[in-house]
Amino acid sequence: MINKQVASVAEAVADVFDGATVMIGGFGEAGSPIELIHALIDQGATDLTVVNNNTGSGEVGLAALIKAGRVSKMICSYPRSTNSTVFPDKYRSGHTALELVPQGTLAERIRAGGAGIPAFYTPTAVGTPLGEGLERRTFDGRDYLLVHGLTADFAFIRARAADRHGNVVYSKTARNYGPVMAMAARTTIVQATAVVDVGELDPEIIVTPGIFVQRVVEVADPAHESELIAAGVSYP
Amino acid sequence: MSERHVGLTRDEMAQRCALDIPDGAYVNLGIGIPERVAAFLPAGREVIYHTENGLLGMGPPPRPGAGDPELINAGKQQVTANPGAAYFHHADSFAMIRGGHLDVCVLGALQVAQSGDLANWSTGAPDAIPAVGGAMDLVAGVKTVYVITQHTTRDGEAKLVESCTYPLTGLGVVDRIYTDLAVIDVVDGGFQVVELSPGVSFAYAQERTAAELIPHE
Repeated sequence: MINKQVASVAEAVADVFDGATVMIGGFGEAGSPIELIHALIDQGATDLTVVNNNTGSGEVGLAALIKAGRVSKMICSYPRSTNSTVFPDKYRSGHTALELVPQGTLAERIRAGGAGIPAFYTPTAVGTPLGEGLERRTFDGRDYLLVHGLTADFAFIRARAADRHGNVVYSKTARNYGPVMAMAARTTIVQATAVVDVGELDPEIIVTPGIFVQRVVEVADPAHESELIAAGVSYP
Repeated sequence: MSERHVGLTRDEMAQRCALDIPDGAYVNLGIGIPERVAAFLPAGREVIYHTENGLLGMGPPPRPGAGDPELINAGKQQVTANPGAAYFHHADSFAMIRGGHLDVCVLGALQVAQSGDLANWSTGAPDAIPAVGGAMDLVAGVKTVYVITQHTTRDGEAKLVESCTYPLTGLGVVDRIYTDLAVIDVVDGGFQVVELSPGVSFAYAQERTAAELIPHE
């Protein structure tokens, strides 16, 4: 029998190792798997490379992981936030390095990594500082840049519902990077508001098929970053 | 400061841009003045708004208290989904952008060069944290790129220039510029004035442009 459900977020993240690359879903607070990130802070793994669109807000979730000094490198497109100085401080002190990637290139690098494509050409960033040093090639008279697919050791994803096979459906714009990160990580861990019986999710509407998911954990009432920040929470 | 009273207000610039959004278009609006364009779309046109974090059919902000933290736009503000809306993941969203499926995007600018080069993501200040988001993808892929910007900076520096001094977002990508002083097309020969705002002379606009303007007609 296949049963990918684990009992707790602590169990779900127990084998994340020092030096691991971790893809963390979410665009701003939408889709941020806060409970998995907090479990990782408690677990203690460090020297992590983290892939996320942003660098977190306030002092919860991803920002708290960075503040705890666990992240040696961020790969992201928009490491700026109106209510957090956690990343700027770690970046300026040299503790956390930054690989800045255009948002669509980041998403496609993750998709390619998950699809077994080591590199691809894109028109994005030609002639800009973010295109410097990349191999350039002309197709049909237009210039493109060679960029590499991205894979990871782990992906943390937040979803509306999942089943023990790992089939996943998302909530609105919280879907964002979830489906492609699930493909690109060797171990994909999904926190779902509800873990439902196999067969309950309509096969026509499953967004991430279970083959891309290794672990599912139920977090019935997940926190929202903005609400924690408004309440003055700082994790741990 | 009194010079700011010459020419269009921010909302009037957005309103002027909205006149050029065709019926049936798929449109991505950038953060800031570009977002205001939606409020001025002429009656009778149906336009579908794309937000690159994963929604086609974006509607206006929710009523106070009715928002959902999992339904936001690219500026991370809460929005609504119109009837007929669709959600999708990031790689699909940027396939829409990079693949040339979107008709129009409207962006802000730090500088636009007469070749259509755009700089809008970084001033290159050494102590700044660089952040780019989806701007480079939008200008690389969307069929028509409009820019809305004040004609000059707060300090009176020209934003329409011969060549950009700030780091580029894309090469030769801008089609039309809406400023407080004029509507300007980027053509092979440079900046072609399409119309001047009420009360603005060609000489007045030219004085505030660091490249040659081509007169209307």
